[in-house]
Amino acid sequence: MKDLLEKLSNMRGISGFEYRINGEIAELFKPYCDEVSIDTLGNVIAVKRCGKENAKKVLIEAHIDEIGLLVSGIEENGFISFVNVGGVDPRTLPSAEVVIHGKKDIKGVIGAKPPHLQSAGEESKSAKLCDMVIDTGLSAREVEENISIGDSITLPQSFGELLGSKYSGKSIDDRAGVAVLAEVLKSLKKFNIDVDVYAVSAVREEVGGYGAMTASYAINPDIAVAIDVCHGVTPDNSYSAYELGCGCVVTCGPNIHPKIFERLMETAKKYNIKTEIDVDGGNTGTDAWVMQVVRSGIPTGLLSIPLKYMHTSVETADLSDIKATADLLTFFIQGLDDEMEDWLCL
Amino acid sequence: MELLKNLTQCDAPSGNETTVTELIKNVACEYADEIYTDTLGNLIVHKKGNGKKIMYAAHADEIGIVVTYIDKDGFLRFSDVGGLYTKKLFSRKVRFLNGVIGIIGSEKENDKNSMAKMYIDIGATSAEEAEKMVSVGDMAVFVGEYDKQGDRIISKALDNRCGCYVLLEALKRVKSDNDLYFCFTSQEEVGLRGARTCAYEIDADYAIAVDVTDVGDTPKCDKNACKLGEGAAIKVMDYSVICSREVREKLVSLAKENDVKYQMEVMTEGGTDAGVMLISRDGVLTGGISIPTRYIHSPCEMIDKKDLENCITLAVLFAENA
Amino acid sequence: MLIEKTKKLTEINGVSGDEGAVREYIKSQISEYADQVFTDTMGNIIALKKGNSEKKVMLSAHMDEVGFIVSGITEKGYIEFKSVGGIDTRVIISKKVTIGKKRVKGIIGMKAIHLQKRAERESVPQLKELYIDIGASSKDEALKHVSLGDYIAFETTAEILGSDTLKAKAIDDRAGCAILMELMKKPVVYDTYFCFTTQEEVGLRGARICAHRIEPDIALVVESTTCSDVYGYEEHEYVTNMGGGAVVTFMDRTTIVENSFRKWLYDSAKNNSIPVQYKRTTAGGNDCGRIHLAKGGVRAASVSVPCRYLHSPCGLASITDINAVYKLAEMFLDKICEVI
Repeated sequence: MKDLLEKLSNMRGISGFEYRINGEIAELFKPYCDEVSIDTLGNVIAVKRCGKENAKKVLIEAHIDEIGLLVSGIEENGFISFVNVGGVDPRTLPSAEVVIHGKKDIKGVIGAKPPHLQSAGEESKSAKLCDMVIDTGLSAREVEENISIGDSITLPQSFGELLGSKYSGKSIDDRAGVAVLAEVLKSLKKFNIDVDVYAVSAVREEVGGYGAMTASYAINPDIAVAIDVCHGVTPDNSYSAYELGCGCVVTCGPNIHPKIFERLMETAKKYNIKTEIDVDGGNTGTDAWVMQVVRSGIPTGLLSIPLKYMHTSVETADLSDIKATADLLTFFIQGLDDEMEDWLCL
Repeated sequence: MELLKNLTQCDAPSGNETTVTELIKNVACEYADEIYTDTLGNLIVHKKGNGKKIMYAAHADEIGIVVTYIDKDGFLRFSDVGGLYTKKLFSRKVRFLNGVIGIIGSEKENDKNSMAKMYIDIGATSAEEAEKMVSVGDMAVFVGEYDKQGDRIISKALDNRCGCYVLLEALKRVKSDNDLYFCFTSQEEVGLRGARTCAYEIDADYAIAVDVTDVGDTPKCDKNACKLGEGAAIKVMDYSVICSREVREKLVSLAKENDVKYQMEVMTEGGTDAGVMLISRDGVLTGGISIPTRYIHSPCEMIDKKDLENCITLAVLFAENA
Repeated sequence: MLIEKTKKLTEINGVSGDEGAVREYIKSQISEYADQVFTDTMGNIIALKKGNSEKKVMLSAHMDEVGFIVSGITEKGYIEFKSVGGIDTRVIISKKVTIGKKRVKGIIGMKAIHLQKRAERESVPQLKELYIDIGASSKDEALKHVSLGDYIAFETTAEILGSDTLKAKAIDDRAGCAILMELMKKPVVYDTYFCFTTQEEVGLRGARICAHRIEPDIALVVESTTCSDVYGYEEHEYVTNMGGGAVVTFMDRTTIVENSFRKWLYDSAKNNSIPVQYKRTTAGGNDCGRIHLAKGGVRAASVSVPCRYLHSPCGLASITDINAVYKLAEMFLDKICEVI
């Protein structure tokens, strides 16, 4: 599973540019399901059928897009201006290495003013995105030839192994969730199930949950469970955060169908899977929020993997939490049958 | 360009698009197979074909103000309809849909340019007199006449009557077997509302928003690669959307092959109808063709005639080649 | 009847996402008047009263109220919480609340004024600095009464102040629910769907899926809205006047109501001697914003009860206004042929 996570983490596809990676992701799912397709917006939909007619449909979802940057202008001497796509923290950018996905992949660095040239007090102000440019070291002509306004830019960082079962890398948000989807489909091979499972690797979460919205519209499932990341506890924050290694974080609140929450917790108890409860009073900021109100409403659940340093290139997660999440989801699905309407009834 | 002039001088704030959609209907009728208005006030001009279903959207509404209160001395209090720069409202002239003219004033202490401390003076001296002229809930638009100077055109509401103009001209010129819907949408300025329901009903294969976009070619302005006169802007992204690769690349290749002058558009503020069309139902391949515009949301927006022509050509090319 | 029903409804707890108790009460009261009662996956009640089936009419009022949710329990047994819906932290300090289905009593605590530094006295505490005291002395004891995810509502007794003023929590929008319940007793012209919706306060969520399901030809939202005709405000900032009658909205942040529909509502009210006023701001929003954008679009408007101190433990509303909104909604159903 570590290898899968590493592979996923190293893929490069910012919101709206998932076409760069969705073919590869579709290939990953092929061995574990009956059919894989890529829809209009680029969502990868892997279907595992139970073989029964008119079976209930369960949608499980994680997003494949990552935050990143986008070329917005080519300045004199070939410097490249950019804007953010999704919630990038500008403070992490000065002096970062980037890859611009132009006609070919081109490396560059985001320039930073050396301390010697800064005026007094400047070092304590955080840099603004619009004041930064990327320096590729190429001539203006080479830049013009290879890079266009609108090309996507990613912030690569090699996958790193920390102590224990912890790993760091970019885009663990939410490729860890995609790893869960693959693991669930793989594990379900061992069981007879009574429902059709639609594993959706969704696009455009970071810019509004649009992939999950259109995919769940098309599939119109009886239940949807989103898998995303939540904040891990760090020395500077423990509010609404969970310790790495605590297991799977299960959300409750208005966004979540109460019966799905209950059943997830019961399943965890039955199979001795470690969990924590996350309470959210409104918008969970995940695809669960958009899926809940698609069409005439979809009963929705949310599982999260604790993640430190979210939206940076050193996002850190614990493999044991990812496994716990996959286990919980597998057993949850395995326990579902045709009698959904009754237990979902409010 | 008489048509563009007439379009800009229609007063049609969000929710009150009828004046402009009536004009559009009269122009479009001889080229269309079907014209209708839907629940939200979108005007849909359908040119039937057996090919791909393509939806073009240009919003017909413009920004304005709405009266919320009339005081005993006949002054009006108001709210914004669409995004107004409150710093720039003072002493602007507005025109109500019945022709009544008003001037925006401000209380003396209003450092934060709060709209709650501004008022509109219609020259009335009492509530009774004012109520004969306007009512609470009435809307007005900025006054801004149409001027032409060389290739440059200046007027209020070029956002987005120049988009409407592009659609009308494309409708006249296009020769295609594709199933074309030219939609003049309502309530874009208050949250892309008309295009949402319109896109749902049409359920298109492709959608193109035709709207204005910001430029970065004036002294010491915000950074923006788009320039007036440098061609049709092909949208990459704005605040509401990242366009579908398929549409963006098709537009670029059509422009290249046909020598249509174009530039790429990356906007971080401001949304367009593309944002809601993309996510209609199970998703629609969506892009945008934009007209570079200076001083957007002011009474004197400025565009370049050459850009307009390039946008029309590109819209026609996409309709014929998608 | 209407006012008694409103009082009764406001005393039931139904924070967004936890409308169960309100739902059960409403269902028990309306079943005899409806041809069909259906609860959807988000807990919306959709009650159909049959008429002529050529057209579909939707009436909606939301069941949920703003409140809180238990997000943690300290070692010493204090309850940590998050807000559900928009609440001004300044109105909640030292208020009484009840928690969960068992309605465990608690108070929202903060250190005494004597212990506050000068700067603290002048600033507003963050929600996460506040806590609820249920009297427990340990986490274990607290856990016997309260669980993570339990919803928390204000504890307020509904009362009539003077002759015309209702004081209660959750007038927004139990007044609307009460009005719909009363209207259901009367015959309808067209198939009419009475919707008691959920999760309005966290983003207009329930009504959206109701409208998608029903696809009505016309919809009227019966709501409660801001009223600040109080000390310290200038007249043009009042938004509405308490006692000034039913409120018709022409535009808010979520909807521009189609001109002919809202003028019909306003003018018909005037012609039928129903006190009526416009909402004199474009701030705020309600379920109408989602309903009118459902599918291909729905003709929709809203009428509201003006309510002072909205989203606080105790709001005030005028009985005259509640009756006026009832009358206006009744007129809408009676004369629906004029406007549909």
